[in-house]
Amino acid sequence: MQELIQAVQNSQTFLSGLSEAALAIIFFVLFGLVFATVAAVCALVFVYLERKISAHMQDRLGPMEVNTGIPLLKNIGHGWAQTLADAFKLLLKEDIVPNAADRRLHLIAPFILFCAVIAAFSVMPFGEKLVVSDMNIGVFFVLAITSFSVIGVILAGWASNNKWSLLGGMRSAAQIVSYEIPSGLVVLVIVMQVGSLRFNDIVMAQAGGILHWHIFQFFPLNLIAFIISFLATLAEANRAPFDLPEAESELTAGFATEYSGFKWAIFYLSEYANMFLIGIFLSALFLGGWTSPFGSLFGGFFDKPGWQPVWIILKAVAIIFLQMWLRWTLPRLRVDQLMYTSWKVLTPFAFVTIFGVGLWMLF
Amino acid sequence: MQEILFFVLAAVAVLSALGMLLNKNPVYSVLLLIVTLFSIAGLYVLLNASFIAAVHLIVYAGAIMVLFLFVIMLLDIRADVEHINLKRLSRILALLATFIFLGETFLIIWMSLKGKAAFVGLGEGILGDVPSVGELLFTKYLLPFEIASVLLLVAIVGAIILAKRKLRPEPPAA
Amino acid sequence: MFNNIFKKQRYYFDSEGLLVVDMSPSSAVHYQEAVQAATQDAGFSGEDMVINFGPQHPSTHGVLRLEVVLEGELVKKVTPHLGYLHRNFEKHAEYIPYNEIVPYTDRLDYLAAMNMNLGYVLAVEKLLGLTELPERVEYIRVICAEFNRIASHLMAIGTFGLDAGAITPFLWAFRDREKILDLFEWLSGARMLYNYIWVGGVARDLPDGWVEKAKEFLDYFEPMMVEFNNLLTHNHIFIERTAHIGILPADVAINYAATGPVLRGSGVKWDLRRDQPYSIYDRFEFDIPVGEGMYGPVGSAFDRYWVRIREIEESVKILRQALDQIPEGDVFEAIPRKIRPPAGKEAYFRSEAPRGEIGFYIRSNGSDIPDRVKCRSSCFVNISLIDEISRGQLVADLVINIGSIDIVLGEVDR
Repeated sequence: MQELIQAVQNSQTFLSGLSEAALAIIFFVLFGLVFATVAAVCALVFVYLERKISAHMQDRLGPMEVNTGIPLLKNIGHGWAQTLADAFKLLLKEDIVPNAADRRLHLIAPFILFCAVIAAFSVMPFGEKLVVSDMNIGVFFVLAITSFSVIGVILAGWASNNKWSLLGGMRSAAQIVSYEIPSGLVVLVIVMQVGSLRFNDIVMAQAGGILHWHIFQFFPLNLIAFIISFLATLAEANRAPFDLPEAESELTAGFATEYSGFKWAIFYLSEYANMFLIGIFLSALFLGGWTSPFGSLFGGFFDKPGWQPVWIILKAVAIIFLQMWLRWTLPRLRVDQLMYTSWKVLTPFAFVTIFGVGLWMLF
Repeated sequence: MQEILFFVLAAVAVLSALGMLLNKNPVYSVLLLIVTLFSIAGLYVLLNASFIAAVHLIVYAGAIMVLFLFVIMLLDIRADVEHINLKRLSRILALLATFIFLGETFLIIWMSLKGKAAFVGLGEGILGDVPSVGELLFTKYLLPFEIASVLLLVAIVGAIILAKRKLRPEPPAA
Repeated sequence: MFNNIFKKQRYYFDSEGLLVVDMSPSSAVHYQEAVQAATQDAGFSGEDMVINFGPQHPSTHGVLRLEVVLEGELVKKVTPHLGYLHRNFEKHAEYIPYNEIVPYTDRLDYLAAMNMNLGYVLAVEKLLGLTELPERVEYIRVICAEFNRIASHLMAIGTFGLDAGAITPFLWAFRDREKILDLFEWLSGARMLYNYIWVGGVARDLPDGWVEKAKEFLDYFEPMMVEFNNLLTHNHIFIERTAHIGILPADVAINYAATGPVLRGSGVKWDLRRDQPYSIYDRFEFDIPVGEGMYGPVGSAFDRYWVRIREIEESVKILRQALDQIPEGDVFEAIPRKIRPPAGKEAYFRSEAPRGEIGFYIRSNGSDIPDRVKCRSSCFVNISLIDEISRGQLVADLVINIGSIDIVLGEVDR
């Protein structure tokens, strides 16, 4: 960031006359917009992916009809524009707020959720230089800022003034607060090994090919940590089999029951943005982040900086595919089983991995 | 730049704290309290204590405020919004708290005027990054740290005992 | 608080210590007031929530409305409210000739219309004393009934998975059900409401090649059930969700007059196809699956589900035998020109539909229009169990319990 500002000030464009503070604000806004847009577009892509993946897992075709519309290529494209069309439809839909709802809270709840998710992207390392703010507490910042999402969900449940929404919001609060503990604990495992909370430090500690990835270090402790982290983040994102807050067979749509149109689209978008966030987060922590899996093979060709975003996004997509696969395979847990999993399975095992890695590092 | 941010954050913190006090709807109060806590976290960041800021966010805004919201939603205080009961005891307590607060403020101003208090300017010092906090906790403040953790443990055990309730009441005596 | 029982108030704690709110129509206390009074009672946590479960709820399997009293997520009392799909079947039947009632029976249990047809037609045949039917007719009827049992059970287990949150098994079950519906469409022209089994015969003979296609389907279908079981039945989460809830002891099931998989899930080996064989069921080899408590107590939601899975396998067995043995013949020769049972004669006939015993009582007045038709619906009886098996469990379990009882509102409300 600082370097960028310096570079602009030294350049001979119309921007060089601006003060440092003004440039900083401009860059922050610019980066924020870019990342929000990228996250939103990625979310659209993932919605499409989910529809296609679920369809093929269920012996269906999924969306096939909405393509380019160019006469010759009309039927080619496997309905790639379907989510785009759906997004436009949602934008144009009537926004219904129940009479008894708290209008203001009903309005801001989805945006709190969305902001909490998007804000976490500001420290996500898409490449060595491709990160908005490489904070020295990056990992911790993600944990902190994503914990705000629960406020959005809980408010949505309360403000809708619907009993189903309230139940969904309450479930969600209990769920996210519980699963923050194992997911926060296993992050410590990696932080202990690297000795830093900065994302780029963590990623660079894994440079040199697939065998240097954290998931294969301290075998099997880090693998267990990865599984715990994967499950806990799955639960925090309200994905199946932990999708109790919006369990449609029990709570109709949970906290989102009374939402429609654009506000509902925001909920949907933040869910998929959250999945993307988790993918990036886990691949940075365990799967080598933006480093290539080949190390110095192929003459270091894949290690060039241009490949960095490709690798991390590929890894994130792999994790997202895993999430979708689970969703379309497993039934849902019950509330008490959910709590059991968090407190009596994941949390103790997280402690065990921390303890084990600590001992391993000592001796 | 930092001065501007400081004043903006401070103003937001004070205004939302006032809003929290003056708002009659408890849910809005909680939300405004979250805004206050958020801007205080921003102030921490300005003091280069970004670790403390993150902890602050996780603990207060992320966890405690959620519990507040939870309780408010469960008890459905909305029905009692208008019904604010100022009893004598709470009046006395409020008065006491006000005096303490005013005294503290006065003390701080007085000490800073005398140049006795140690203040850290914006963007200076390394008070709040991870190594310094860790070092202090495990050397200078080890005993208070351990006492605090025992206290938390007691609180957790107590909470579990209190939360354990009988799902089924005793069968009626014959 | 417990004096309330003697004061005959409308709410009390039963012997197991659970809150009961008396909902009888004679109750002078309005329901809301009763609940309010109950919640204000000393020693009561006051966190109760009265919630309307349905009629527009995704997992009530139609337009069922349940009034549920919740404490947190704990179910204290469930009261089913019926009648959203009431169509006056029994009164209608008093104004139309016997053979024109058959399409109306389609609409009772619309997921097993063949079995409804068969039950009614057998009752009319009993009224007429029509016992000698062409062999081919009997075989076609059994084949249709068993195919429809498979289709209906596929729907039941698919939606049961959906209730537990598993979406893919539902679509797999539907994929296979579609193939059965294709066979029925070829046979009768309809995919849901067939009007196929008529008094004394069937509407059409089997088309050429139908039997081969049906056998092909069975060859395709059996491995699919193995796949389905691997995906859902033996899934650990699914077992944990279903094997310990909704326990229905055998004596309670019998006292409530539950039938079908709900009764057999509790371990009672009672199936009319074996115990009172009608049509030609006595010629086939098949088992009566009962709940075994494979993963938990006998009579759990999982057992009811498991009985359905096993019944599908047994139906396949019956179908294989029937499709091999089916003789040639004329299917229309026994259809009576006019149906005029002697005045005052009455008949009651019960048969085993996928969801339990469907019984038809018919009284004649000598004309071609029945004097009275009464339908004994298994779903109507089974749904009354919902409070019994759901009290003290969570909302999520309530959903599973509804799914495990497997009601069709068309039959409940008639």
